[in-house]
Amino acid sequence: MFKFIASRTLQMLAVLAVTGTITFFLVRLAPGSPFDQERNVSPEIRRNLDAYYGLDQPIMVQYWRYFSKLVTTGDFGPSFKYSNRTVTEIISESLPVSFELGIYAMIVAVAIGVTAGVLASLRPNTMMDYVPMSLSMVGISMPTFVMGPLLLLLFGLQLGWFNVSGWSSFGDKVLPSLTLGFYYAAYFARLTRGGMLEILSQDFIRTARAKGASELRVVLRHALRGGLLPAVSFMGPALAGIVTGSFTVETIFQIPGLGRYFVTAALNRDYTLVMGTVILFAALISIFNLVVDVVMVWLNPRLKFD
Amino acid sequence: MAVTLAEPPPPATPAALAEVEVGHSLWQDAWARLRKNRLAVISGIILIAMSVLCLIGPFFTPAPDVQDLALYATPPSSQHWLGTDTLGRDLLARVLTGGRLSFAVGLCATFVSLVIGVIYGTISGFYGGKVDNLMMRLVDIIYAFPFTIFVILLMVVFNRSLLLLFAAIGAVEWLNMARIVRGQVISLRKMEFIEAAEALGLPKSRIIFRHLIPNVLGPVIVYTTLTIPAVMLLEAFLSFLGLGVQPPDASWGVLINEGSKSMEEFWWMLVFPGLALSVTLFSLNFLGDGLRDALDPKTSKD
Repeated sequence: MFKFIASRTLQMLAVLAVTGTITFFLVRLAPGSPFDQERNVSPEIRRNLDAYYGLDQPIMVQYWRYFSKLVTTGDFGPSFKYSNRTVTEIISESLPVSFELGIYAMIVAVAIGVTAGVLASLRPNTMMDYVPMSLSMVGISMPTFVMGPLLLLLFGLQLGWFNVSGWSSFGDKVLPSLTLGFYYAAYFARLTRGGMLEILSQDFIRTARAKGASELRVVLRHALRGGLLPAVSFMGPALAGIVTGSFTVETIFQIPGLGRYFVTAALNRDYTLVMGTVILFAALISIFNLVVDVVMVWLNPRLKFD
Repeated sequence: MAVTLAEPPPPATPAALAEVEVGHSLWQDAWARLRKNRLAVISGIILIAMSVLCLIGPFFTPAPDVQDLALYATPPSSQHWLGTDTLGRDLLARVLTGGRLSFAVGLCATFVSLVIGVIYGTISGFYGGKVDNLMMRLVDIIYAFPFTIFVILLMVVFNRSLLLLFAAIGAVEWLNMARIVRGQVISLRKMEFIEAAEALGLPKSRIIFRHLIPNVLGPVIVYTTLTIPAVMLLEAFLSFLGLGVQPPDASWGVLINEGSKSMEEFWWMLVFPGLALSVTLFSLNFLGDGLRDALDPKTSKD
C-alpha cells in the first residue's frame, strides 16, 4: 500500500509538472497580452510594466523564474489584472468559498443519490424504482447552467424564498449547492442502484437472509459495502466535474469563489492567476483521485494495489 | 388490355423469403428489443422531430438575425411563437438555428472522437503486449489531466473558431471510446474466426478493418449515442461561459447565456432554449440507454 501511494504520488507530481508547463506555454504563446485592455498605455509605461512582471525576458527565462520560485517558496507571483494583489492572496480568499460550495454540493450529491439508488434497488421495477430513476435522468439531462437560472427564477424571483445572489447567510447557499449537486446526485443514484442490484442477487446475501438477519441489517451491514463500489469509483470524476461546474454556478449566483476568478482570469489573460488556479485545480483533482482509489481497495479487498 | 389481366402472384421478394427463415440476426434481435422499450422509442421520435424542426424550420420563420427594436423583448404571441429577444429577434428562429449549430458540434466532435478512439483502441487491443501496455499507459496519463480546463484554455488562447471547438472537444472525448474498443478487441482476438483469418495469411490491416472493427460495432454505437449528449453539453457549457460559439452565431448555450442575463424580466428567453437543450439531451441519454439494453443485454445495468 505504501508503495502504491508513493508511486501514485510520483505520477501525480509528473502530471502536475506537465500540466503546469503546457498551461504556461499555451497562455504565453497566445496572441494578446494582459495589458491590452488598459487604455492609453504609453510605450514607456508598457515597457516598465513588462519589465516589472518580467515579460521582457525570453520565454524560457520566464519559465525558469516562475517555476523555481513556485517550487522553492510556493509563491504564485503577482496578479496581472488585480494590481497590488498576489495570486496567493486571491486564491486564499476565494478558495475557501469554492471549497464550501463544493463540499455542500458533494453532500447533496451523495446523500440524495445514494439514498435514491438504494431505495430503487430494494424494489426494482416498481414505482419506488421508476420515480427516482426517471428523476435522475432529468437531473442528468438538465445542465447546471439551465437548472441554476431556472431555480433562481422560481425560488428566488417568483417565490422570493432566497436571495438572488450573495454568499453570506445559509439561505444563500441552498440554491447553488442544489444546482451543483443535483446533477451528480443523479449519477450516484444510477450507479448505486446498479451496484446494489448486483450485490443483492449474490449468495452471501441469501445466506444472511436465511440466517434471519433483518432486512435493514442485510442492506446496511452486508450489501452496502460492495454495492457502493461503483458510486465510490465515480467520486473522482464527480469532484472534477464539481470543480468545473463551479465555473458556471459561481457565475450564475455571483459567488466570489475561485471558479469565477478562473474564467475571468482566462478571458483577461491574467497569466499568473490562470497558472495558479490550473495548478491548484489539477492538484486537488489528483489528490482526491488517489484518496478514492485507496478507499476503493478498502471497500473491496479483492482489488489489489498495483 | 393489361387492366383485364388478373393480378400476378407477388414475386418472392427478399423480405418474403426472410419471413420463411427462422434465424434472426443480432441486429434484428436488437431492433425488436429496442422497439419494445417505449421510452427509447419516444426518445427516438422526439430526436427525429427535433432535428427535422431545426433543419427545415428556419425556412418558415423570420430570419434569426433580423433586429427590430420595436419588438424589444415581446412575450410569446401568435406572431412570434416563442417571443422575441432584447434586440427584437424572433426567438423561435434563433432556437431552431441555434439547434443546427448545437447538433452540428455534437455530431462532428463525436465523429472526431469516434475515429480516434476506435482506431487507437483497436490497434492497442490487437497488438497486445508491450504496444498495448504503452498505449494504455498513455491513455491513463492523459486521463489524469483536468481536461475541461484545457479545453477552456484552448478556447481562450486561440481564435474561437468552430473548427477548434470540434477538435478540442473531440480530442477530449476519445479516451473512453479507446478503452471500450480495446476491451472488446481483446476478447474477440481469442476467437476462432480471427485465428482463421490469420491462418489464411491475411494482412493485419485487413483483419483489423474487415474482421475486428465490424464486430465491435455494437458497443461503439451505444457509446457514440452517449457521447453525443456529453459533447453537446460541453459545447453549451463553453458557449454559456462565452468561450464557445461566438455571437452573432448562436447555439443553445449562447441563447441560455443571454436568457439567464435577462430572465428577471423576460423568462421566455431562458426557458425555451433551456427546454430545447434539456429535452434533446434527455432523449439522447434515454436512446443510448435503450440501445445498450438492446444491443448488449449482458452489460445492461439491470
